Amino acid sequence: MKDTITAISTALGVGAISIIRVSGREAITLVNQIFKGKDLTKVESHTIHYGHIVDRDETIDEVLVTIMKSPKTFTMEDVVEINCHGGIAPTKKILELLLLSGCRLAEPGEFTKRAFLNGRIDLVKAESIMNVISSENENARRVAMKGLEGYLSNKIQQLRQKMLTLLASIEVNIDYPEYEDIEVMTNEKILPELKNIGIELENLVKSSEDGQILTSAIKTAIVGRPNVGKSSILNRLLREERAIVTDIEGTTRDTVEGKMNLGGVTLEIIDTAGIRNTTDIVEKIGVEKAKKEIEEASLVIVVLNYHEQLTKEDREILEKSKNKVRIIVLNKTDLERKIEIEQLPKEELVYTNATAIAGVENLELAIQNKLNLGEIEKGDYTYLSGTRQISLAKEALSILNEVISSCQEGIPVDMLELDIHASWEKLGEIIGESYREELIDQLFSQFCLGK
Amino acid sequence: MKYDVIVVGGGHAGCEACLATSRLGNQTLLITGNIENIADMPCNPSIGGPAKGIIVREIDALGGEMAKNTDKSLLQLKMLNTKKGPAVRALRAQADKITYPQEMRRTLEKQKNLEIKEAMVEDLIIKDKKVMGVILANGEKIEAKTVILTTGTYLRAVILRGSKKTSCGPHGEEPSKFLSGKLKEYGFRIVRLKTGTPPRIEKETIDFTKASLEPGDNILRTFSLDTTPSYKIEEQVPCHLVYTTEETKKIIEENLEQSSMYGGYVEGVGPRYCPSIEDKIVRFSEKEKHQLFLEPESRYYNDIYIQGFSTSMPEEIQEKMVHSLPGLSQAKINKYAYAIEYDAIDPLDLKQSLETKIIENLFTAGQINGTSGYEEAAGQGLIAGINASLKLQGRNPLILKRNEAYIGVLIDDLVTKGTKEPYRMLTSRAEYRLLLRHDNADLRLRKYGYEVGLISEDCYQQFLEKEYRIKKVKEQLLETKITPTKNINEQLISLNTAILQDGISLYDLLKRPEITIEKLKTFISLPDEANILEQVEIEIKYEGYIKKANKEAERMLHLENMKIPEELNYDEVKNLASEALQKLKEIKPTSLGQASRISGVNPADISILMIYLKKEKML
Repeated sequence: MKDTITAISTALGVGAISIIRVSGREAITLVNQIFKGKDLTKVESHTIHYGHIVDRDETIDEVLVTIMKSPKTFTMEDVVEINCHGGIAPTKKILELLLLSGCRLAEPGEFTKRAFLNGRIDLVKAESIMNVISSENENARRVAMKGLEGYLSNKIQQLRQKMLTLLASIEVNIDYPEYEDIEVMTNEKILPELKNIGIELENLVKSSEDGQILTSAIKTAIVGRPNVGKSSILNRLLREERAIVTDIEGTTRDTVEGKMNLGGVTLEIIDTAGIRNTTDIVEKIGVEKAKKEIEEASLVIVVLNYHEQLTKEDREILEKSKNKVRIIVLNKTDLERKIEIEQLPKEELVYTNATAIAGVENLELAIQNKLNLGEIEKGDYTYLSGTRQISLAKEALSILNEVISSCQEGIPVDMLELDIHASWEKLGEIIGESYREELIDQLFSQFCLGK
Repeated sequence: MKYDVIVVGGGHAGCEACLATSRLGNQTLLITGNIENIADMPCNPSIGGPAKGIIVREIDALGGEMAKNTDKSLLQLKMLNTKKGPAVRALRAQADKITYPQEMRRTLEKQKNLEIKEAMVEDLIIKDKKVMGVILANGEKIEAKTVILTTGTYLRAVILRGSKKTSCGPHGEEPSKFLSGKLKEYGFRIVRLKTGTPPRIEKETIDFTKASLEPGDNILRTFSLDTTPSYKIEEQVPCHLVYTTEETKKIIEENLEQSSMYGGYVEGVGPRYCPSIEDKIVRFSEKEKHQLFLEPESRYYNDIYIQGFSTSMPEEIQEKMVHSLPGLSQAKINKYAYAIEYDAIDPLDLKQSLETKIIENLFTAGQINGTSGYEEAAGQGLIAGINASLKLQGRNPLILKRNEAYIGVLIDDLVTKGTKEPYRMLTSRAEYRLLLRHDNADLRLRKYGYEVGLISEDCYQQFLEKEYRIKKVKEQLLETKITPTKNINEQLISLNTAILQDGISLYDLLKRPEITIEKLKTFISLPDEANILEQVEIEIKYEGYIKKANKEAERMLHLENMKIPEELNYDEVKNLASEALQKLKEIKPTSLGQASRISGVNPADISILMIYLKKEKML
């Protein structure tokens, strides 16, 4: 991290202005080498300067340069921002010049990483910024923004404060056993509070797992026998006007995946190639392949032919997917019914055909219902995002649950306190703070003690 | 050079320090302002209590004197926190304020290699940043290879009652006027601290029928492992409990501005854990009454100490306050309460061995290091004495880890975090308190006492025998299995516990909350020694918790073992947060573990530091 990094911080090619950001010890001197105007090494911090970026004698662009000196900057290092005209060519040329003069191209999120490592932002904020940068949909962005605003930190702080009060009450009993006017903490007294905290923490963990649905794409499999109409359903789901379809090559299975945005959630459809190129691989597609896809997916859409009787393969697919979040679609309702509806699992069925748009809307609705999206949309966005946060919260919860059962078994309070403390520390790790001093401060602000 | 060690100050730190050095064969001189005040107890007449009582046990395990001396001077003895888990139990003694100092002085006077001199030390002899001896108030120079300062509250001591300031120590003695100024010249950071003590009342003038009785325990115990009880249960002297009244509150509220604290006459920072009664009234104004203990100071004079009533009010207000208490309307005050201000050094100027970073061979211990309490002082005094001796022998210092001793927590906190108020040990400061029990102090520390040379071969063999027998009993319980026969199940029913479906070892049976080790005697013959059975019981019953604590301690030790070279230039470590950089440069932690406990040094800084050390092949 000794080197000076640079990157274009605005979307390339759009907008009237592009900003190129430089951060690091040599940020100012390096920009100064390609700047014609004032000597930037001699200017005050947090000032803006007019001039030109030059490549030896050639003027590249007319620019405004903002100089911000360490430590009052986003990264806490010296930061220079070059505002240039928005075209691709000049922006890229300026970046090239910076790289030639000794800057290194920043990795994605590296400015944020430096801000965190230099102590400018806490872990939750850093993670939130990273989430905003890489958020795939509106909900993800909102969750991340909430983290950025500190909602999540506050929520965790609140929980920790409750635990801290409990901890201090127990500790004070240990250190001042003869003060009768201090309430003596017994297992019976602390149990209700422990349970309250447990419920709140559990809710946070649960909603965060839902929150994960919001922030990451859901792997979705569309399965069924050949020719039941999987591809037509896929194509209609991925309607051009609102579908975000990205082609990502080089995934491990070397397949092409499609993504769609549905009510703020991203569905990532497995093996669209396999579905689309039905003519090529009609023979290869079999139940075996469907089974594999079902295993991988979080959401399974089983497509059956309304116009045909259930086959052995249909039944196998239904059996295999019965423990998944699943939607059963009966396709080709424009033809005569031959399928034995009474033999299907007692679940909501979605009816579609190639000509009816309404059928697809029903399918979308069914997907939203299955994922409880309505509920999530209504709720607030105070979710833990990211696996690290969720796994720490889960650890904290599992320790707390242990405390609750030990409390009921009659383990002495001072032993319980050790585990409450461990849980409290885990929560502290989420927001990157865990100090024992807090506990002692709490002890003295809460109780009246002394000789 | 006549002396190996000079100890300056004869309080609890000084006594332990000079006994340790002289017992380890070093020619030692104890210089004290007043021989009569050796091991004086200027504040409360008690020793021990939560955390502090465990420190006393630790001192005993390491070969110090405080536990033995307390056993000789008991007024009463109590085990606290008996209804809680084993980790927080602690002994507390009411100790006789006449007997305790007398007995300690006798021990000192009998000690080989130890001389005592009455004088005031006002400066140090220093050459090339090394201490070479001390200079007395009369200009006399005494040379020594090492010096241990245990000056207590005597550095520029000022006693305050209301607006009245007197420059003197707790008993009106001459304070040290210049030593702290000299220390400042040598580069130490000097802080001003404050503490206080309540009034003493003539026993005969108290109507004890208005107070409730607080007797000692009716089980004979000792603080030291090596002594036998020398007191009789029925001869213990009781304490009493009373509460402040509405009248007390009113008097204090009306006269608040007259107290030294609220009148603005105090510069020093006082401790939060022992606030004056006026502090308590102000901070907890919603409380109607506050608890006060009436504690006897001695069998040989009649003063009663009012625990919980420390104040810096002027004398005439103190009279009114005392008379407002139940049973004390006619009370005669023998000694008025006072606040005392004194100089201390910032403990960040110390190494973990308690040698100063600024002057070689100079050690400090006790209140001069910013602590409060007899036990905290004695613990440091012992460690300073041990480490001064080890340094003279060219050996590595004894540094107790946080998972090994409260004394380790105490010193680590002081030298890593510093302190802004007089530091008192609390169980909540010890993250591994389950390992730091009063019952296992010898199992934790006796080996160190032996290695250092303060524990005799005999004592050590006895200890090894105890350790062995604990192990044997545990094995025995593990190997002895009972099966669900009719006979066994009937016995279990009579013990009020569930009957068996499968066979079970007695070890596992003991884990049932309702089964005690005594009850196991139904199935197996066990030794009689209570201390062995107690140890086995605790280790088995709380095995799960102890394992967890040990695992956490291991994690800490891992960071502890990553040493930071003393010569490390932190400016070379890029990207440390500026606060962290400043703190690290100031404190110069010896390990990543210690670094991680510095406030203002964040986990990110530790990662950066670790990466740097690895890259530079320093780890």
